Amino acid sequence: MDIFSNLALGFGIALSPFTLMLAVIGCFLGTIIGALPGLGPSNGVAILIPITFSMGLDATAALVLLTSVYYGAMYGGRISSILLNIPGDEPAMMTTLDGYPMAKNGRAGDALVISGVASFVGALLATIALALVAPYLARIAYKFGPAEYFALYALAFATLGGMASNNQAKSALAAFIGLAIALIGLDNNSGFTRFTGGNLHLADGVDFLVAIVGLFAVSEVFYFIETHGKDTAVGVKLGKVTIPWKDLWDTKWTMIRSSIVGFIAGILPGAGASLGSFMTYMMEKGIAGEKGGFGTGVPKGVAAPEAGNNAAAGGALVPMLTLGVPGSGTTAVLLAVLMTLNITPGPTLFRDRPDVIWGLIASLLIANFVLLLMNVPMVKIFVRILMVPPAVLLPGVTMISFVGIYSLSGSYFDLVLMIAFGVMGWAFRKMDIPTVPVILGILLGYQMENNLRHAMTLSGGEWTYLFSSPIAAVLWVAAVLGFVAPMFLRKVLKKPQMVED
Amino acid sequence: MKTDRIFGVVVILVALAFIASAMNLPAGNIFDKLGPKAFPIIVGAGLAISAFFVAFRPDPEPGWPDIKTILALVLATVVLIAYAYTLKPLGFLLPTAIAAGVLSFQISPKPTTAVLTGIGLSVGLFVIFKYGLGLSLFALPRSLMG
Repeated sequence: MDIFSNLALGFGIALSPFTLMLAVIGCFLGTIIGALPGLGPSNGVAILIPITFSMGLDATAALVLLTSVYYGAMYGGRISSILLNIPGDEPAMMTTLDGYPMAKNGRAGDALVISGVASFVGALLATIALALVAPYLARIAYKFGPAEYFALYALAFATLGGMASNNQAKSALAAFIGLAIALIGLDNNSGFTRFTGGNLHLADGVDFLVAIVGLFAVSEVFYFIETHGKDTAVGVKLGKVTIPWKDLWDTKWTMIRSSIVGFIAGILPGAGASLGSFMTYMMEKGIAGEKGGFGTGVPKGVAAPEAGNNAAAGGALVPMLTLGVPGSGTTAVLLAVLMTLNITPGPTLFRDRPDVIWGLIASLLIANFVLLLMNVPMVKIFVRILMVPPAVLLPGVTMISFVGIYSLSGSYFDLVLMIAFGVMGWAFRKMDIPTVPVILGILLGYQMENNLRHAMTLSGGEWTYLFSSPIAAVLWVAAVLGFVAPMFLRKVLKKPQMVED
Repeated sequence: MKTDRIFGVVVILVALAFIASAMNLPAGNIFDKLGPKAFPIIVGAGLAISAFFVAFRPDPEPGWPDIKTILALVLATVVLIAYAYTLKPLGFLLPTAIAAGVLSFQISPKPTTAVLTGIGLSVGLFVIFKYGLGLSLFALPRSLMG
């Protein structure tokens, strides 16, 4: 069995004291980031990227640290969902539906433990599935030529656009804005600079980290200035935390079913963790029926979305690692991590750098156990941190963003550009234009153009070449379906409203 | 309604300028069939088409904040830009304390909290970045430190 020798290699790397320490730090930071309203996996990882690189960590170490933060944030999101009725991050939204009522009924501790264990089950099963599935998908990816990659990128934009917004035109617009920004700067193939308007700073292009930190982190401070942090409700009190064995046993099938569905939702390009938690909650609600009492604070209603979103987080790593196509905002940020480390995701990564892949998978397995310990017996520490008011948190996030970008590039121009992206992120949020497709466009623009040009050169300028192979044709059909279908399904897939006090 | 229409028209104009600019780039050759101009034209066209749909079928008007809040946001932007330009010449501590204090006051108008947040974040982050993470930062203006 290949997988055992691979995992042995991975654990050899992951069990070194330094890597282990990074995983623990990452888990701790991640849980805090997830728990704090206003910081989620995508902007939390985003502000940490520049800092991580300024520290000069090597590829495996940086990746272990940042993916531990990612997994940790997925766990942490549930804490504020349950105690404050404010999702700590978007995927944790569904957890408020039953988590908060449960907490109001005086079962806050039980809800935290059940959701923590569900997160563990979901993330663990998904990481195992990742280890099993990813190498096979990487082998299929060998068959991908430039035409197939071009179609794949189109698919990623189409499905992400379909899921991310209520208005298809706006998500398409966002994707094209991202692609247009990616085209700014020197064209490596021809040596011409494009769309710089004679500005020398733009000749190197727009650094995607500047865009990500601006859109995800700096925009948040504008949002909080506008709302004065009014959303911050006074939460419910947490009493003594005990382990509700019976509830855990009763929800075992819910957790396992939700993990499987969540993992599959995560693999789909453009779907990600939010869809995972949504689908699993609705599925379990359907299975339980009217008598299930979903929405009134039942353990299954907490277990399903948490197992689902953590499994989806693992699933979303599959297309990101094997094909280099992120399925969500957070995996787009992780792709930015890989690109900054000069690692090209894709099938060759599995062949040339098994240490990175298997070290990462082994670290994720370890991180899960660390997170279970932190999120069940030690959950009270994180509950304290929730008390940090936005008036302290958001300035802190902004200052960290500035120092991170500044120490990475040392240019005033990049800082001002980051502020501009922050303003843009705020305005787009107001106008209901999703920002994730913008990021995806900036990240993938270069590859997308290169593959198109390569394909056209190979075919001698014949456009039909783009649709000629069976794989490419299937991807194009999926792209069209992924873009069009949500227009008709929108009524059916309407998200349930949050519980009101 | 109005926002989407205006935004759509502006993006269409930008897209047309983008395409016009791309037209000036050289055509491809045998080694690079498309050359540097084709993909930008495709992107520009996509931009214009999607902007057209945004302008043509606008969403309900977003809830823009009142003029007071807009001014607060402009002030925050100015503070951040000033922060970007003073971070190096004036050292880390002073600009960070002021910028963090102003932002904190803007989120929650409590003077004491704002002052404490400014000073606390400035000193705390400096210690973490400089001694914890080993980034090269200067606490005070370099001219003062010789």
